[in-house]
Amino acid sequence: MAFEGLADRLQQTLQKVRGKGKVTEADVKVMMREVRLALLEADVNFKVVKRFVAKVKERAIGQEVLESLTPGQQVVKVVNEELTALMGGEQSKIAVANKPPTVVMMVGLQGAGKTTSTGKLANHLRKKNNRQPLLVAADVYRPAAINQLQTLGKQLSMPVFDLGTDVSPVEIAKQGIAKAKEEHHDYVIIDTAGRLHIDEGLMGELAQIKEIAKPDEILLVVDAMTGQDAVNVAESFHEQLGLTGVVLTKLDGDTRGGAALSIKSVTDTPIKFVGMGEKLDALEPFHPERMASRILGMGDVLSLIEKAQTNVDEKKAKELEEKMRTMSFTFDDFLEQLTQVRSMGPLDELLGMLPGAGQMKQLKNVKVDEKQLNHVEAIIQSMTKGEKLHPETINASRKKRIAKGSGRSVQEVNRLLKQFEDMKKMMKQMSNMQKGKKKGGMGNMKFPFM
Amino acid sequence: MSFFKRLKNKLTTQSDTVTEKFKDGLTKTRASFSTRINDLVKNYRKVDEEFFEELEEILIEADVGVSTVMDLIDELKDEARTQNIKETEELQGVISEKLAELLDKGDDDTKLNIQEDELTVILFVGVNGVGKTTSIGKLAHKLKQEGKSVLMAAGDTFRAGAIDQLQVWGNRVGVDVIKHSEGADPAAVVFDAVKSAKTRGVDVLLCDTAGRLQNKVNLMNELEKIKRVIGRELPGAPHEVLLVVDATTGQNAMNQAKTFSQATDVSGIVLTKLDGTAKGGIVLAIRHELEIPVKLVGLGEKVEDLYEFDADQFVYGLFSNILPNVEEEESVDRY
Ligand SMILES: Nc1nc2c(ncn2[C@@H]2O[C@H](COP(=O)(O)OP(=O)(O)O)[C@@H](O)[C@H]2O)c(=O)[nH]1
Ligand SMILES: Nc1nc2c(ncn2[C@@H]2O[C@H](COP(=O)(O)OP(=O)(O)O)[C@@H](O)[C@H]2O)c(=O)[nH]1
Ligand SMILES: [Mg+2]
Ligand SMILES: [Mg+2]
Repeated sequence: MAFEGLADRLQQTLQKVRGKGKVTEADVKVMMREVRLALLEADVNFKVVKRFVAKVKERAIGQEVLESLTPGQQVVKVVNEELTALMGGEQSKIAVANKPPTVVMMVGLQGAGKTTSTGKLANHLRKKNNRQPLLVAADVYRPAAINQLQTLGKQLSMPVFDLGTDVSPVEIAKQGIAKAKEEHHDYVIIDTAGRLHIDEGLMGELAQIKEIAKPDEILLVVDAMTGQDAVNVAESFHEQLGLTGVVLTKLDGDTRGGAALSIKSVTDTPIKFVGMGEKLDALEPFHPERMASRILGMGDVLSLIEKAQTNVDEKKAKELEEKMRTMSFTFDDFLEQLTQVRSMGPLDELLGMLPGAGQMKQLKNVKVDEKQLNHVEAIIQSMTKGEKLHPETINASRKKRIAKGSGRSVQEVNRLLKQFEDMKKMMKQMSNMQKGKKKGGMGNMKFPFM
Repeated sequence: MSFFKRLKNKLTTQSDTVTEKFKDGLTKTRASFSTRINDLVKNYRKVDEEFFEELEEILIEADVGVSTVMDLIDELKDEARTQNIKETEELQGVISEKLAELLDKGDDDTKLNIQEDELTVILFVGVNGVGKTTSIGKLAHKLKQEGKSVLMAAGDTFRAGAIDQLQVWGNRVGVDVIKHSEGADPAAVVFDAVKSAKTRGVDVLLCDTAGRLQNKVNLMNELEKIKRVIGRELPGAPHEVLLVVDATTGQNAMNQAKTFSQATDVSGIVLTKLDGTAKGGIVLAIRHELEIPVKLVGLGEKVEDLYEFDADQFVYGLFSNILPNVEEEESVDRY
C-alpha cells in the first residue's frame, strides 16, 4: 500500500513523548496532526476530519495512560473509540413492511454497484431470511442495464420484472409492485439508473418513484473509493429522498474507505452492508470497528491493545519489574513470562502488530522460531524447583539430566543457561536505564528464542 | 516559454477549439475552486497559520492528493519566510507559480497515438464501473466522425450484460463488435479481434476489458496476458493503454495508476464523470508523480460527451483566478 498506517506514523512522532504517565496537551497536539493526515489520506472529508479531531483532542488530553500502553497507544485507543462510535452500531437489518411486499429502492451515482448490489441483496434475503424477492429493472438509460439485471436474475433463478426501455421508470416501479402483490413476493427491489446528484431532472424522477412505490428502504449505493465529493453526493441524495441506509461497495479493493465516515457523518443513516466482490454472495454486514481501523490503517494494533489489556496482569508486571531490579528473576519467572506472551498469539504476529516494530533494527528480520520456543520450555520444565531458583547450581551431571529429560542436547542446555545469565544482566541494565540512572543501548539484546 | 505565456497564447489562439461543453463541465470545478482562493486572499490579509490551513483545505477538497498538498504548503511557507511575505496578496503570485510548477510538465503529449495508414490498437483498462465501455463507445463515435474506420472487441466476458452493453454502443455508433460468449477467455476475444481488424483493414481497434480492482493479482495477470497477446499478433501494439479513472475517486486513484502501469504500461488516462461535482484533482498528483497524462475527458453519458484533454485549459480552469496578471483580460472570465 502506498501510505503508511497511522500506527507507524504515530510511532515516529511518539519517540519523543514515550513513557510518561499522562497524555499531555503537547503530546496530543503532535499526535493529532498525524491523525488528521491519516484521515485525509483515507479520503475522509476535510470538514468531517476537522470536527473529529477537535473532539478527540478534547477527550485525550489529561487521560491516564493505562499501565500496559504507551501514550501513543492510548491516543490511538481514544481515536478508535470515537471513530467506532461515529460509525454507529452494526445494523445490517433490512426493513420489513407491515403489509408485504417490502419495497427497497437502490439509488446512487453511475457505476457505483447498484445493479450488482440488487442481485446480492436479493440473494441475501432469500438465503438468510428465506424471502422471495422480485427484482424490478427500472434503469432504462444505461445500455443493456435491463439485460444485466436479467442475467443476474437467471444466475439466481429469481424473477426479474421489466417493461423494456420505452416505459418510464416510474411506471415500471408501479407495475412491478403490483406484479409482486399479485404473485405474493414478500420483497421488491427496484434497481434504478445511476445519476448525478446535481441532475435535477433525474433526481426528480427518483422522487416520483419514491412517491409511487412508497419504499420501506432507500439505500444509497456508494463506491468505497469515493474521495472528498462523497459528502456532496450523500447530502444531496439524502436531502432529496430521505435515505434509510447505505451500501458501501468495492471494499475488497485496497482503498482505506474514508468515504464511509463522511457519508455516515453527513446523513446519519446506517451503513447496512458492504460489497466485497463481484460475485452475488459477496455482500457482508458492516462492521463499524473493522471499518474504523481500516480507515486509520492501523492493521492489528488495536487488537494488540485489546490483548495487552486483557492478558497482562498489572500486578504481575509490577512484581516483575521489581525482580528485574533486584536480579531475583528466575527461570520460573521466565517461563511464566513466556507463557503469558505466548498466550497472546504467535510471537511473529505479535511483533508484527507492535507499532514501529518494523523500525527496530533488531526486530527487522526476526523470525521467531516457535519450535525453538518449545525446546526452551521443555528444558526449563525439566529443571527441579531448586535449579530454577538457583541456576548457578546446575553442574555437568545436572545438565546431562536436564538434557535427557527434555530431549535436547547438553549444548542447548548450556546455551540457554548462558543466555539466561546475559538476559538477567541486561534486564538490570534496562531497569536502571528506565530510571534514568544509566545511558546505554539495547542493541545487543538477545532472547533465547531469537 | 513560460507557463503563463504559453497559457495565454493558447487561450488567445485556441479558445475556439475548446468546446462549450468542456467549459460547462468544468464550471463547477473552477467556480468553487478559484472563488474560494480569491475569497481566501481577501479574507485573510495576513499570511499566517490559519491562512495556510485554509489553502490546504481548498486543495485537499479537490482530491489533489494529501502528500502533494503538504509538500506544496511547506514550500509556500518556506518562500513566505525567506522572502518575508506578510500580505496574502503578495503570496498569490508565489502560489500560482508553485501550482504551475507542479502541473506543468511542458511537452506532455496529450494527443492519442494514432498510427498513420496502419492499424492502431487501443486497450482500455481500469477498476469496476469507471466508464471503460462507455468511453469506448464515445471514442468510436469520435474517431468515426474524424473519418476513421473502427472495430471494437468485447473483452469484458465477466460482468453480466457487459457484451450486450458494448453491442448497444456498436449499434448506436455504427461499429462492429467482435465478441465471444459470456465467460469466454478475454485474451482469445482480443486475439480474434486483432486478426479481424487486420484482415478488414480498419484504422482503429478499441479493446474493452472487464473492470478489476488493482489488488487482485490473478486479474492483473490476466490483463498482462491480454496485452501480450495483442503484441504478439501485431508487433508494436497496443499503441495506447488507457487507464479509465472516475473523477469521483479519491486517493485510491494513485494506487490504481501505479498498479495498472506496472501490469500494462499505461500511456494515458481517460478522466470520466467530470460532469459531476467531483474535481478529479488526483490526476494532478498522478501526472506529477507518475508522469501519466490525461488524454480524454468524459463529461456525460451521451455519444458526444468525450473530449480531448487540454492540460492547460484544465489547469487554467482550476486556477484561473489565482494566476498572475491574467484576470484583467477579457477572455479570461470565460474560462
Ligand atoms: N470488486 C467489486 N466490484 C463490484 C462490487 N460491486 C459492484 N462491482 C462492480 O462494479 C461495476 C459496476 O457495477 P454495477 O452494478 O453495474 O453498477 P451500477 O451502475 O451502479 O448499477 C461492475 O463491474 C460490478 O461487477 C464489489 O463489491 N466489489
Ligand atoms: N455522468 C457520467 N456518467 C458516465 C460517464 N462515463 C460513464 N458513465 C456512466 O458510468 C456507468 C459505468 O460505465 P461503464 O462504461 O459501464 O463502466 P465500465 O464498468 O468501466 O465499463 C454507466 O452508467 C455510464 O453511463 C461520464 O463521463 N459521465
Ligand atoms: Mg445499474
Ligand atoms: Mg465495461
